[in-house]
Amino acid sequence: MRQRLATIYRLGIKELRSLRADPVMMFLVVYTFTVAIYTVATGARFDVHDAAVAVVDEDRSALSRAVADAIRPPQFKPPVEIGADEIERVMDQGRYVFVIDIPPRFEADVLAGRAPEVQINIDATAMTQAGNGLAYLRGVLSDTIGDRLRHEAPAAAGAVDLVTRARFNANLASEWFTPVMQVINNITILTVILTGAAFIREREHGTIEHLLVMPVRPIDILLSKVWANGLVIVIAATLSLLLVVRGLLGVPLAGSVALFIATSVLYEFSIATMGILIATFTSSMPQFGLLALPILIMMNLLSGSTTPMESMPVWLQGVMQLSPSTHFVAASQAILYRGAGVAVIWPSLLAMAGIGALFFVVAASRFRKTLSAMRG
Amino acid sequence: MEGVAVLEGVGHRYGSVAALAGVDLAIPAGCMAGLIGPDGVGKSTLLALIAGVRKGQAGRVTVLGGDMTDRRHRQASLTRIAYMPQGLGRNLYPTLSIFENLDFFGRLFGQRRAEREARIAELVAATGLAPFVDRPAGKLSGGMKQKLSLCCALIHDPDLLILDEPTTGVDPLSRRQFWDLIDRIRARRPGMSTLVATAYMEEAERFDWIAAMDDGKVLATGSPAEIRAKTATATLEAAFISLLPDDKSAAAGVVVPPRPGDGGDIAIEATGLTCRFGAFTAVDNVSFRIERGEIFGFLGSNGCGKTTTMKMLTGLLSPTEGEARLFGQVLDADDMSTRRRVGYMSQSFSLYGELTVLQNLELHAQLFHLEPEFAKKRIREVLGDFDLVDVRHSLPDDLPLGIRQRLQLAAAVLHGPDMLILDEPTSGVDPVARDQFWRFLVDLARNKGVTIFISTHFMNEAERCDRISLMHAGKVLAVGTPAELAASKGSARLEDAFIAYLEAVAEAPDGAEAPVADVAEAGGQASRLFSPLRWFAYARRETMEILRDPIRLAFAFFAPVLLMITFGYGISFDVEDLPYAVVDQDQSRESRAILDAFEGSHSFELKSRLTDPAAAEAGLRNGTLKFYVEVPPNFGRDLLAGRAPEIGVWIDGAMPFRAETTRSYVRAAIAQRMAAIAADQGVTLSGDAYSVVSRFRYNQSFKSAPAIVPGVVMLMLVLIPAMMTAVGVVREKETGSIANFRSTPVTRLEFLTGKQAPYVVISVGSFVLMLILATLLFDVPVKGSFLALAGGTFAYLLSTTGFGLLVSCFTRSQLAAIFATAIISIIPAVNFSGLLVPVSSLSGGGRLFGLAFPAGWYQQISVGAFTKSLGWTDLWMNHLMLAAFGLVFIIAAMLALPKQER
Repeated sequence: MRQRLATIYRLGIKELRSLRADPVMMFLVVYTFTVAIYTVATGARFDVHDAAVAVVDEDRSALSRAVADAIRPPQFKPPVEIGADEIERVMDQGRYVFVIDIPPRFEADVLAGRAPEVQINIDATAMTQAGNGLAYLRGVLSDTIGDRLRHEAPAAAGAVDLVTRARFNANLASEWFTPVMQVINNITILTVILTGAAFIREREHGTIEHLLVMPVRPIDILLSKVWANGLVIVIAATLSLLLVVRGLLGVPLAGSVALFIATSVLYEFSIATMGILIATFTSSMPQFGLLALPILIMMNLLSGSTTPMESMPVWLQGVMQLSPSTHFVAASQAILYRGAGVAVIWPSLLAMAGIGALFFVVAASRFRKTLSAMRG
Repeated sequence: MEGVAVLEGVGHRYGSVAALAGVDLAIPAGCMAGLIGPDGVGKSTLLALIAGVRKGQAGRVTVLGGDMTDRRHRQASLTRIAYMPQGLGRNLYPTLSIFENLDFFGRLFGQRRAEREARIAELVAATGLAPFVDRPAGKLSGGMKQKLSLCCALIHDPDLLILDEPTTGVDPLSRRQFWDLIDRIRARRPGMSTLVATAYMEEAERFDWIAAMDDGKVLATGSPAEIRAKTATATLEAAFISLLPDDKSAAAGVVVPPRPGDGGDIAIEATGLTCRFGAFTAVDNVSFRIERGEIFGFLGSNGCGKTTTMKMLTGLLSPTEGEARLFGQVLDADDMSTRRRVGYMSQSFSLYGELTVLQNLELHAQLFHLEPEFAKKRIREVLGDFDLVDVRHSLPDDLPLGIRQRLQLAAAVLHGPDMLILDEPTSGVDPVARDQFWRFLVDLARNKGVTIFISTHFMNEAERCDRISLMHAGKVLAVGTPAELAASKGSARLEDAFIAYLEAVAEAPDGAEAPVADVAEAGGQASRLFSPLRWFAYARRETMEILRDPIRLAFAFFAPVLLMITFGYGISFDVEDLPYAVVDQDQSRESRAILDAFEGSHSFELKSRLTDPAAAEAGLRNGTLKFYVEVPPNFGRDLLAGRAPEIGVWIDGAMPFRAETTRSYVRAAIAQRMAAIAADQGVTLSGDAYSVVSRFRYNQSFKSAPAIVPGVVMLMLVLIPAMMTAVGVVREKETGSIANFRSTPVTRLEFLTGKQAPYVVISVGSFVLMLILATLLFDVPVKGSFLALAGGTFAYLLSTTGFGLLVSCFTRSQLAAIFATAIISIIPAVNFSGLLVPVSSLSGGGRLFGLAFPAGWYQQISVGAFTKSLGWTDLWMNHLMLAAFGLVFIIAAMLALPKQER
């Protein structure tokens, strides 16, 4: 037993040395956990930002100009005035997401209490901006017109005072959300590529066969690859979380980083095993790439890190329970955003451990099989 | 100087390594000329320069009377030169049959159907391949592969035939047949010059003229007899060794002392070993016994089952039938103790290239669990024994093959095994290093009593073994001492005896070959800029290949469908069934009335009614609730009193986009409810001063699918087709069949567009699948002009497959091509094409980036035709742009893919 542990340890050290000698992989690890996190966090935004607005001002009153003036960055680009006959064309061309049509005599009708109609045309193919942008535009209208009316009459109080507060991210800053999920997604991608590539490289070079004629069991090789590559990724992810996400981007992490590390260690076990499992189904790196790419995209997009699970069809939610990434995302979101503890996340941990064990059993049994399937 | 090829001061470097250094050589025409020397001395580079497939760096290469740097002369020469690259069947297409391979080459030389069929029939008859024309090239034996390669080279009646190590790894019978075939062809076409490189010195004896090469230089030229005479040696191998500089040839020769007294102890015993892979029997009922201390040789060609047998003896493979005993014990793959008694060395280098010599040895010591002190001592010993002390801190990849093989042997004996299993340890190693290697083996066997089981295809090595076993097609033909075997067939040489054994079991009677007749001269096609025949040859071949490759085919067809489902559901901004709780601390009629606001809407789903905010807080924390509404005590009373009581809504802000949408939904729901309550009570609320009519255009129900699905079609049609074409070209670079592009008259345009065509067709197929999926699963039918969508898709596919081709011209490995294509195309397609962020919101660099890639232009067509009900009149500009992209990518790829290798 002690000898086997020593073997697994030695092979893992060898694995680390191999990784150090591979500049491409090292670059990939460093790049994805630093530059990639930063650019995505500061670049890709789902919140309403720089939305293009056009105004058809058929009123040309002080109020209609006040409305146009109130549409401002950062949510909106300065509005462009267009003619009523142009609406159809500019929307077809996708030049504006919103076209606000202020009817003739609007100001006069408002002041006279005739409740005129403002029309907002929304390009509903611009999903990220249409819904929330409309809410902002309504706010702009109500503020501007409300201001104008207050000059005429005292404010009519609402019957209730609705107070909404967001928990865990009071200002709903999207740069708090994206980078953390990006770290999570990159853990999945890199671990699968790293372990799968390590396995295939050894098989292509014949070094695995060489190990197997020595007193080394297939499971020893499997475990050594899992611990060594897993360790590298966990360290890289932790550093990325502390230095890039918390340090550079200033995102507060609600929960315990130690608990997150423990969770990632468990996740690494299942996902690194999965990398090797995928590799056992392919005979070369190109095949591995073609097979792994769709799987990785699926595991990341449908894990709940982009779109919450409850928005997916029930059958798909069921299917995704089989992916360890789903449980890892659930646990990480609970820990890092909401400060949850073990008492809350244990079902996810249990699921990851179970799926990991299943992968491990299948991978170990396929391991020798794929080796013997290779003809000499 | 005169000759079919004349080289003057030719030098060639790969990075810092000089492959050729100032070579002056005139190769005589009309005869069989040979280049001899071990691996890595520059033979292949020299041949590639002469064939015109590699671009010269220094010096002058004149072939067939013209300068090879002259493009027009080179183009014209391509139809007169035939080039067969190194490696067993490396320029063949393994999934294509013999006929299909030959047919492809015929088309490349512009031959019409009748001419091709006549030539193929003649060539396969002459080479004895006729019975196997329908067999895939990948399933042929080494000898047959080389014959097929030769046929492919001869299909256009070349004036200069260049063969790079055509017989390496081929069994002796096939080798002899191969040379006889060449002789017959030369007899028919006496004007044809043949230039051959070989590492087998014995073969070179039959050449008319040879040039011995070492270290990028020519050592000597002349007929074999002249060279032997000059060096006063009996064989070319001895002549070669004596030509080497002194420091290399210093200690040549191997003396095998006779084996001391028969131990009688059996080290290895195999009984009826059989190994099958599916229907293929790799090893068929093999039995032998090897005594302790014996050197036992396994002789046979590539693929005859030597390696499989050895793997069964090491426990790497389990025999399908039969058993193997090591030192009397039945071999059990899980028994770690027998492994300590065996040392193994595989055919190719199988230590870690990224670890130094010393680290590799240390790893071995650790894995065999040698005591640290003992391990140190052993490592010192083997470093000394195998002369590795000076290189102990070098990486194996930086060392010459001979030293690498010594390192492998050192690693194999480090733990002091009783038995060594060595699989072709000297393949490709130069004769001097081979002799040195054998001296180590002899020392181990004779002085340390180690049993050695070795495979080889060198006859002179086989002769040094105590006993050998001749193997062919999975069967052992004979076992005995080399002398016994030679005597049994009445031959003087072991090679002749082996051939005699092989002839007895040969698959095809080789004697019945048809004479090589003249084919009607059908006049070579002038190489035009674009020949539809050659284009079709590539398109047809690529189609056949992909249809026979299940993984690539499945990827091309199913990845888009699978990913469409993933993206279609994975990128959703729809807010449905938000789980929420209510904390009603008032429990009045009014509080209930207000809380009813969320019921009956499919945006919200009530999870629980609570009285304690702490419980709701816990729900937010563990993710079971997305928001909760808290109504304070005395709410009803305050409301009726007009005191505008507060309603608190707590939202999970972890996912900001969602939270924002949730907030506006909640506000709208409360406002609506309040208006209804007010109306009931006959009160008018503020806000009636104006009304807002919002028109969600193109997507009235404001669902994600109609917005996202067209974008997913855009993304899939750039990602998958580009990856497929990118792999398509790099694959040829990796397998070596790119040599056919370089050595035949096919032009870059024909090659690239010929490879492109099948992927455009396949992608049209997956587009149709996605169309069906969009309509049926996501309920997103095409509302606009179908023809505009179809036309746009076609133009888009031309550009995306062209993009893949362009990437493949820059990348060297399939893996790099896959990831480079994915990364380069995903960034503009996802971020700057309007998939997530509307193009109208982009500015500066992002906008330009989007405009410079076809995805953004197609996104407008896709969204326009699917969702916005647009047609040609709105989108023609986008169609034009996509077509332009297609053109630009192909032209760029042509510029990036030189016809000659650098």
